[in-house]
Amino acid sequence: MTDTTQEPVHSSNQTGDISRSYWSDVWRQFRSHKGAMAGAIVFFGIIFATLLGPWFYNVDATFIDIRSRNQGPSFDHPFGTDQLGRDILARMMAGGQVSMAVGMTAMLISLILGTLVGVLAGYFKSLDGPLMRLTDLFLALPLLPLLLVIILLFRDPLNAAFGPEGGIFILMVSAIGITSWMQAARIVRGDVLALKEREFVLAARSIGTSRTMMIMRHILPNVLSPIMVSATLGVANAIITESALSFLGLGFPPDFPTWGRLLFDGVDYLQQYPERVIFPGVAISLVVLSVNYMGDGLRDALDPRIRGR
Amino acid sequence: MLTYTIRRLVLAIPTLLFISLVIFLLLELAPGDPMANVPLTVPDEVKQRMREALGLGEPVHIRYIKWVIQFFWVEPLHIINNLFGTSFAADAQRVISWQSRSPVADIIAERMPQTLWVVGMSYLIGVLIALPIGIISAYKQYSWFDQIGTFVAMVGFSVPTFFTGVLLIVIFSVNLGWFPSIYDTTHEVTDWDSFVFQLKQIVMPVSVLALYNAAQISRFMRASMLDNLNQDYVRTARAKGLKEKTVVMVHVLRNSMIPVVTVIALGVPTVFGGAIITEQVFKVNGLGQMLIISIQGNDLPMVQTLTFIFAILIVLFNLIADILYGVLDPRIRYD
Amino acid sequence: MPWLASEIPTVGNGGVSEDLTTITWNITPGIVWSDGSAFTSADVKFTYDYCTHPEGGCAQLTKFEGVSSVDTPDDLTVVVTFEGPTPNPYGPFVGGESPIIQKAQFEGCIGADASTCTEQNFGPIGTGPFVVTEFRTNDVIQMVANENYRDPNKPAFASVTFKGGGDATAAGRSVMETGEFDYAWNLQLAPDVIAGMAEGGLGTPVAGFGPLMERLMLNNTNPDPARGDMRSVKDDPAGGSEHPFLGDPAVYKALSMAIDRPLLVEIGYGQAGNTGCSWVPAPDAYASPIDNCEVQDIAGANAMLDAAGYMDTNGDGVRETPDGVPMSILYQTSTNAVRQDFQALIKQWWSEIGVETELRNIDASVFFGGDAGSPDTFQKFFADVEMYANTFNGTDPQAYLGNGLCNKAPRPDTQWQGENISRFCMAEYDAMHAQLTQTADIAERQRIGRELNAMMVENGGLIPLVHRGRVSAHANSLGGIVLNVWDSELWNVADWYRIDG
Repeated sequence: MTDTTQEPVHSSNQTGDISRSYWSDVWRQFRSHKGAMAGAIVFFGIIFATLLGPWFYNVDATFIDIRSRNQGPSFDHPFGTDQLGRDILARMMAGGQVSMAVGMTAMLISLILGTLVGVLAGYFKSLDGPLMRLTDLFLALPLLPLLLVIILLFRDPLNAAFGPEGGIFILMVSAIGITSWMQAARIVRGDVLALKEREFVLAARSIGTSRTMMIMRHILPNVLSPIMVSATLGVANAIITESALSFLGLGFPPDFPTWGRLLFDGVDYLQQYPERVIFPGVAISLVVLSVNYMGDGLRDALDPRIRGR
Repeated sequence: MLTYTIRRLVLAIPTLLFISLVIFLLLELAPGDPMANVPLTVPDEVKQRMREALGLGEPVHIRYIKWVIQFFWVEPLHIINNLFGTSFAADAQRVISWQSRSPVADIIAERMPQTLWVVGMSYLIGVLIALPIGIISAYKQYSWFDQIGTFVAMVGFSVPTFFTGVLLIVIFSVNLGWFPSIYDTTHEVTDWDSFVFQLKQIVMPVSVLALYNAAQISRFMRASMLDNLNQDYVRTARAKGLKEKTVVMVHVLRNSMIPVVTVIALGVPTVFGGAIITEQVFKVNGLGQMLIISIQGNDLPMVQTLTFIFAILIVLFNLIADILYGVLDPRIRYD
Repeated sequence: MPWLASEIPTVGNGGVSEDLTTITWNITPGIVWSDGSAFTSADVKFTYDYCTHPEGGCAQLTKFEGVSSVDTPDDLTVVVTFEGPTPNPYGPFVGGESPIIQKAQFEGCIGADASTCTEQNFGPIGTGPFVVTEFRTNDVIQMVANENYRDPNKPAFASVTFKGGGDATAAGRSVMETGEFDYAWNLQLAPDVIAGMAEGGLGTPVAGFGPLMERLMLNNTNPDPARGDMRSVKDDPAGGSEHPFLGDPAVYKALSMAIDRPLLVEIGYGQAGNTGCSWVPAPDAYASPIDNCEVQDIAGANAMLDAAGYMDTNGDGVRETPDGVPMSILYQTSTNAVRQDFQALIKQWWSEIGVETELRNIDASVFFGGDAGSPDTFQKFFADVEMYANTFNGTDPQAYLGNGLCNKAPRPDTQWQGENISRFCMAEYDAMHAQLTQTADIAERQRIGRELNAMMVENGGLIPLVHRGRVSAHANSLGGIVLNVWDSELWNVADWYRIDG
């Protein structure tokens, strides 16, 4: 989406201008989509809050103040404190950075992998069999032992190369990415199989469009909506999977807050201190909702039939 | 299409064998030890002897071949024995769980009913409510119905079941006392009262899971319908004077089903895989809970067998989905 | 309390021979199995043969360690002969972990055939108050009262249902808040969570204390990844196998002083824990508490490190050893909410004395698994400090104290097997433990036990943290419960009854 700002914005003022470029058109349409704009505002708002918040609210997320544990929201601790007296607002902000980064990166990895496999399998008949059997294999592999093996094999080399936190981050996002691309691949393939028999594809082929051009220009834009849905669901999935992995000791160190982990730890205290579950739960839902609306807007914006209206 | 199906079915056999080998090697490579749950007070020499009694002393390829023979030959014979009262291969070694020393097939059979009741039912309900919600949401895009549907679906998907499950228990079991918080697996439905009890005990786990499934499927349904509602053929159909209902429910729906069929077909095998977290929360003790306990206890024969059954279902249902594509859109040709 | 024997044999009544090599049990006449057949010494002898069969893989094998033979002079007498003098002969056939099985039922299951006897394993014939009617693996066990039980007035219940699966939270909730079940055990939950549940008013939590001790094991070898194959291996001929700083008394004492044990108990265990000051916390006669362990002393710990020459020379808040190695500790444990809270707390206290800590949690099935291929097992100990709990069965800690012997250290040539996790090694300790195995006098045994106990802690083998109890919860309508930590909690289930009203 950052590409969209490259075009001079003033061109959008002159409606009806024939020289309007494709991307400024898309951006105009995106902006006119209320839900998409609201989603974008919330999404970037959360990113700014997690990144810039710690500059204004300077409390260490791992500092334990045992005397003030289990406090409700107050002036000192706007979101209250947890069972060890750690400030929950600070933990939410620190956790947000990690959860957002993991969620978005892992989603992108699985989406790119899934789309690539799906388009190749759907478009090229010779690749369909092998790639889909590979998908079957990945679907069948038991997740937990697979992750254990990945971590066993790659944790130490990655830690050596990127430092402990960088190494774990790369390990987590790639582990989540390579274990969740299969659904997107199957869906994209199914759509491509049907699309490539459509008249416009046959027409494009008859005028000698190259394969790359065909895929980029005609096939991909038409499978965008299921990809967008997969993206939305993928973010939620990645954030939750990260917390499950960290809980099992396969991810970040135990004192490293993430939203999923805060939610998980809070469930035991659901009756006594409900706010501990509500904050991270609402945060995750907000991110997923905003990604969903942005996806809706982007899909509409990229659809020439809707854009014309 | 028939030749394609037959070819795929034949091809499935080597595929599945290869998958079973990969799973076996993966489990072999994964760290872990079936003795991890034995108390620390048991000394290491004793643990070593217990490992050998499980057959862990033998080389990997021998154990794999043994498993293949047991799974593809001995276990089917046992099923035949149970069905027809015959006694083929009664003495042959069956696939035995390392944790309980009982045949894996018996444990799976024991756990199938509660898994089908809870996970199967929730999947069915999830699909049944997702399809109309998806269709109406797309047809009336950005209406209040669509907005509420989007909101509920997104919250339902992004809030994990370990939270929604516990929340329901606290509200309906602890505070209101309407439903039991623990699933009784020994309960048998014999009359109306016991049927009502069965309904009561599955209400909470089924609604948690159904919400999660419906959220996902309804999103795909909606997106796919939206893609098709603006197509030229819809305009043509309307111009022909077809009834709106026919246009939407026959023409658009049929063309929108491909991604939905894919998602539903991917979901059916997971029904048999159970729902790990939900089963834990409500103590349904179905196949999902069995799988996680076996993984944690490194009960390799159990994990291998469960995962492999799962693999068979995945291959089968993906084949069914591929065949359905051809039915939904006759232009799709594999041959 | 003898259940099947007429009295407990001792040296005094002649049941245990003077040279401590044999013990004679007299079975109470008239005891029958739940199928109605008589319980005889042949069943006891068969149990021994069954468990010691080389191909059987019997988990209770340690109970028969040192037993040379089991003889049955007549139907009601069993003589157990040991290889040498055994001061504590109450191992074989004693307690819930050394059951006796019926010969008639298990005869076909001996040795390698053991794995085929599913039916027998799931429906064992016993002498207890209840008989199994249905066994569903990892799910449900249903039992009905044993008609042939030795006391015709007991048990008070017609049937029992055990439910497995789920987690401690759910189990506690089902007893104390919804009242669906009557008894739940092993409720390792944060104390305020348990307290919140007890407010449900339907059940009561109870706690009992055995020798279970949550401790920090200190690595006496060098776990530096750069050491390759010799990582966490002691006595490397090439040298360098000593830990860069954990072997210094000033360091491990300072680490111990910085810990606020009463607070750990309060946060993690509540009424189910006591401050842990001794490696063997119970029975009391063997306990040897370290001084001032109830008091946190950060200033004292800092002073001790300063005096020993550990200074923060580069101003990053972390001390360096005199050789310039930063005092950075990798602290690992198994995944468990209470343990992760402890990790966070201890990390903070240690940071206050200038020691930097990196935390790691590992799934219990990997951590406690003995897989030599995994770098994350507690036996490999590729970390500086690790936390877990250990205990022993029965009341005699001789075997448990053996966990400090030099030759029990895990190392590559034992496939990383061995109980001496911290690789603690002292010649005096080994000598004194050898003396313990030769001593019969109970007071003397206790004295030696206390000394071994203190020696381990004083010399940097481990830091005791919390003496843990078992927490169970029972419905308020259930009576007759006596929590016994030395045996199964259901040991007196025959005496349980329903309180009216």
